[in-house]
Amino acid sequence: MSKKSYRQAINEALRLEMRRDPRVIIMGEDVAGGQGGTSGVVDAWGGVLGVTKGLYTEFGPERVLDTPITEASYIGAAAGAAATGLRPVAELMFVDFVGCCLDQIMNQAAKFRYMFGGKARTPLVIRAMFGAGFNAAAQHSQALYPLFTHIPGLKVVIPSSPYEAKGLLIEAIRDDDPVIFLEHKVMYDDEEDVPDESYTIPFGEANLTREGDDVTIVAFGRMVKLANEAADKLERQGISCTVIDPRTTSPLDRDTILDCVADTGRLVIVDESSPRCNMAADVSALVAEEAFDALKAPIRRVIPPHTPVPFASVLEALYLPDAAKIEAAVKAVMNHKVTEAA
Amino acid sequence: MNASITPITMPKFGLAMTEGKLAGWMVRPGATVRAGDDLADIETSKITNAYESPAAGVLRRQVAQEGEMLAVGALIGVLADADTSDADIDAFIAQFNAEFSAGAAEEADDTPPEPSVMDVKGRSLRVLDIGHGEGDPIVLIHGFGGDIGNWLFNHAALATGRRVIAFDLPGHGGSTKDVGPGSLEFFSSVVVDLLDTLGIDRAHLVAHSLGGAVALTTVKNAPSRVTSLALVAPAGLGPDINMEFIDGFITADRQKTLIPVLSYLVHDKGLIGRKMADDVLRYKRLDGAVDALRQVAAANFTDGRQTDNLRPVLETAPPTLIIWGKDDEILPSSHAANLPDAITVEILPDTGHMPQMERSEEVNTKIRAFLAH
Repeated sequence: MSKKSYRQAINEALRLEMRRDPRVIIMGEDVAGGQGGTSGVVDAWGGVLGVTKGLYTEFGPERVLDTPITEASYIGAAAGAAATGLRPVAELMFVDFVGCCLDQIMNQAAKFRYMFGGKARTPLVIRAMFGAGFNAAAQHSQALYPLFTHIPGLKVVIPSSPYEAKGLLIEAIRDDDPVIFLEHKVMYDDEEDVPDESYTIPFGEANLTREGDDVTIVAFGRMVKLANEAADKLERQGISCTVIDPRTTSPLDRDTILDCVADTGRLVIVDESSPRCNMAADVSALVAEEAFDALKAPIRRVIPPHTPVPFASVLEALYLPDAAKIEAAVKAVMNHKVTEAA
Repeated sequence: MNASITPITMPKFGLAMTEGKLAGWMVRPGATVRAGDDLADIETSKITNAYESPAAGVLRRQVAQEGEMLAVGALIGVLADADTSDADIDAFIAQFNAEFSAGAAEEADDTPPEPSVMDVKGRSLRVLDIGHGEGDPIVLIHGFGGDIGNWLFNHAALATGRRVIAFDLPGHGGSTKDVGPGSLEFFSSVVVDLLDTLGIDRAHLVAHSLGGAVALTTVKNAPSRVTSLALVAPAGLGPDINMEFIDGFITADRQKTLIPVLSYLVHDKGLIGRKMADDVLRYKRLDGAVDALRQVAAANFTDGRQTDNLRPVLETAPPTLIIWGKDDEILPSSHAANLPDAITVEILPDTGHMPQMERSEEVNTKIRAFLAH
């Protein structure tokens, strides 16, 4: 056990699985690390964000495939390789690039098992970074997990910390279905204790990072960290919160969410994806339908406005949920007064 | 400072504890308490524990409120005679808090000792080795599904003036998950290997549950290496074993299903928190951990009964202390009946299978007294 960054935790998961299973390969733009031009330097960068550092030198060009800048071709190739026996981990770099290869994911990989009558397996992982807060502007800052969650046949994973990232990525690689694994780009340098050994965290099982009596906060990805900050601050003011990290949006651990709402009677959902048809809307519908009688106040969503992610840092900060906005939402549901019907 | 005033401060229950939450006062302001009375429940990230009054007196002030999180050493209450003036108590609190916040800044670097993973004759074992002093060292051996964290409240307390080594058995915690046959013979050979690797000729073995049976097997196979035995709710002394606990511990894969299983371990069910369940789940998620547990259970609890009877070992054992919780729901305390006269048996009331956690101060005192003889 030692402190590892989110980046190192993901690197370690890839490395351990590549050592364990020769069928695991990685492919994508610059995953071999950047060849350093004509300088002869191999693996100069370890990928665009240093996540795949050292894998090319350990596993070689047969298993670490640098691809051309053609998402449709290499995501399609990865889906085909998965269907024929390999276990590819394809890196899409920015999840915003999914526009170039959505057919391969949505109409091919996600459908193989169903349309071949259960006879085809597609053990494919697509890794990509997502999210705002990096001043990467509108085409490189989106949180597109609702898009994938919408498509049956895909599993969607959003690790909220280094420990979570390693265990969930190993689980993803060992899973026989296509998994979309979304890394928040602002979290790559976050650190915490991560075991050196391999371990797996099952999908569809939410994690409670705080447990309280007054309000349930459901948060996704980096929002879990902000929700914890808000919960700690609220605790000192006498308001105790449960914070739920669903870990995966597909499958979604509905039972844990409903159990917690039954206990607290109040729900705040924190989701940094665009607000229409996002996870906050999905969880709101679930709770409104299944736990309406438990609610003591209307559900509150802490969500961005329905606009592209702004580039200017002051506007980007205004756009994103933060701990202060979560705190205000929790206080709003706590202060809600039920008005008697006339 | 006024000598008749006793500060009640946030206790340090374990090596890693840096802060604790005042979960609840058990004594009202103005009430008279004796030394040893339960004053408050203190909740740490691991477990909730009762805090016993260090002195007799009147609880004059509850400085900390219920639910408040405070650093170790911070003032939570004030004990004094009934005739000490309120002004003196206010002055005492102000002075204490001023000195404490000044001291806290200096001691910010007080990091707890970290375990290390070492090679023991080809096996990687996680070891936490602390303390120095004359006399044979202590080796702490945890039970089925446990790890060095089971000694959180004992390790430092036993290590005053003595070297004390805790380690994770193979298959457990941060050690290799290869348990070979998973038998007592196997685990006791690992104990001897550890003593060899650390250059220890003889050690006191303090052991819990299945670890107790490992310690007894070590006495049987390598009697010259064991100075004394302090066994806490040991296996090996009777046939019964709660298989609902064993099977549940192996199969439960989420907090909700694991917490009821862990509740078998303690008398006071409120002690089992989400954090404790989460630590167990983190261990069980490691590759090979659940397979190791299955192997150990198969080797030691065949057909729902304990496989090995180690009572004969106690006929010729070195000095032995046995501590058992009267309400143990895993291994019944009746297994401590009809043992040779030379063996000291202490049955603790209102205590489950984890006396070293539930009654840590009492267990530490008894073990220290036993070793002092």
